[in-house]
Amino acid sequence: MLEATVKKVLRDFTLDVKIRAGHGEIVVIMGENGAGKSTTLNLISGLVTPDTGSIRLNGTDVFDAGTGIEVPVEDRRIGYVFQNSAVFPHLTVYENIAFGLRAMHLNHETLSERVGHWVKKMDLVNISAIRAGNLSGGQRQRVALARALATSPALLMLDEPFAALDVQSIVSVKDAICRCVTELQIPCLAVTHRIADAHDVGDRICVLSRGKNVWEGKPSDIPSSGSNDIGKI
Amino acid sequence: MPILFPKPGRCRRTLITIGASVLIISVTLYLALPVAALFLRTTPELFISSVCDPRVISALWLSLFTSTISLGIVLLVGTPFAYVHSRNTYPGKMIVDTLVDLPLVLPPAVAGLALLVLYGRIGFIGKYLNMFGITLAFTTLAVIMAQIFVSSPFYLRQAKSLFEQLDPAYEQTARTLGASPIRIFWTIVLPLTVSGLVSGAVMTFARALGEFGATIMFAGNLPGVTQTMPLAIYSGMQGDFNIGITIAILLVIISFAIMIAVRILSQREIPHA
Repeated sequence: MLEATVKKVLRDFTLDVKIRAGHGEIVVIMGENGAGKSTTLNLISGLVTPDTGSIRLNGTDVFDAGTGIEVPVEDRRIGYVFQNSAVFPHLTVYENIAFGLRAMHLNHETLSERVGHWVKKMDLVNISAIRAGNLSGGQRQRVALARALATSPALLMLDEPFAALDVQSIVSVKDAICRCVTELQIPCLAVTHRIADAHDVGDRICVLSRGKNVWEGKPSDIPSSGSNDIGKI
Repeated sequence: MPILFPKPGRCRRTLITIGASVLIISVTLYLALPVAALFLRTTPELFISSVCDPRVISALWLSLFTSTISLGIVLLVGTPFAYVHSRNTYPGKMIVDTLVDLPLVLPPAVAGLALLVLYGRIGFIGKYLNMFGITLAFTTLAVIMAQIFVSSPFYLRQAKSLFEQLDPAYEQTARTLGASPIRIFWTIVLPLTVSGLVSGAVMTFARALGEFGATIMFAGNLPGVTQTMPLAIYSGMQGDFNIGITIAILLVIISFAIMIAVRILSQREIPHA
């Protein structure tokens, strides 16, 4: 369970966002360009420090401006898939997935067992020895997802996970996200521009505008405008 | 409607081809002829006998030794400096950037004089070092200091630019995966920038090897102590001309090998995401 209230003065506006995500729930964050969606993810992950607010993950404070608690990014156990996947291009698929597990100092058997599990789960068996820089967009996104989930994170965050993917890859990545979040029962925040994506993967949608929550509800509650652009709703 | 760009006829095409060929040949000859003249000025027998001359061996050894040490120091200090510099904003960053680039445009003689004024026996820092019996000017250490001063921008500029261009999402992802900053640097940043860093390092080594002006001002021209290959050429001009020619040929061969190495290394790029 994630409960976050974060406030940060940015160049153009003050970001003041409240967000909640339950176990196995995918909350889609939408909004126009520059609404503060990615910044919200960066604040929750700890890559950027909020000015005020608090972030609780599974009942534990990882940030609290009042008490001065600030768990470092490395220790927050957050699986973060960045825009354009950010797979390490010089490492193989196997090494990409093993990267986070190596920081956990697992023994060799446990490590290869866990990597093998995610390689199979994400349908990457045939390409596990290939350098990630040589993969297609969809394959990279599945590697990034496997890498983020292999460390058993307490929260999964996805920044524009379907951007720059072909239709077939979007379907397989959406399927993988929904399957994994349900199986692992972890909260998930996903940033996207497209209402269709929010409909397909989201349990709840949170719309931001200039750093503020302006609308929240189920995908089915989105007013039908015939547009696929959140800015026009 | 008037034809602005008529299709070139056969005669016109021939003229263009001749013009282009003349241009390429003249530029190539302008660069190649002086180098060829060096090789034509000597004979294989004379070259081999001069290479074995103790003055040549001493200058070659000193040049390779000091350039390697200079490069090592530039890599050890310059790599973390360039990384920290590129990843942070701080007051005066632009001034630091300019100072890093300054030796590129500063005449080497000015650099040598500046080092002498600072570290010389009566220099601002040198006079205090002298009180403890430490002398920097006109020593092998002075050669290394002069080489570092003039050659480091070649590496620092390249390293800064490579680190700045690297997508921060790689390092941010690695952080969320629990990696320490040192592990991120060794396993992500360095492998993704290594080919560019190596070509910067090779250029630094080449510049250090060819350094003359700053060295002669700050370190002097003492055979076996501060007389590097370029200084030995200078001495050869006043004494044994064959020695100068032999060292010059050696420098041409080393420089050519360095440029080939840079070309090969710059082609070995890692596929990016």
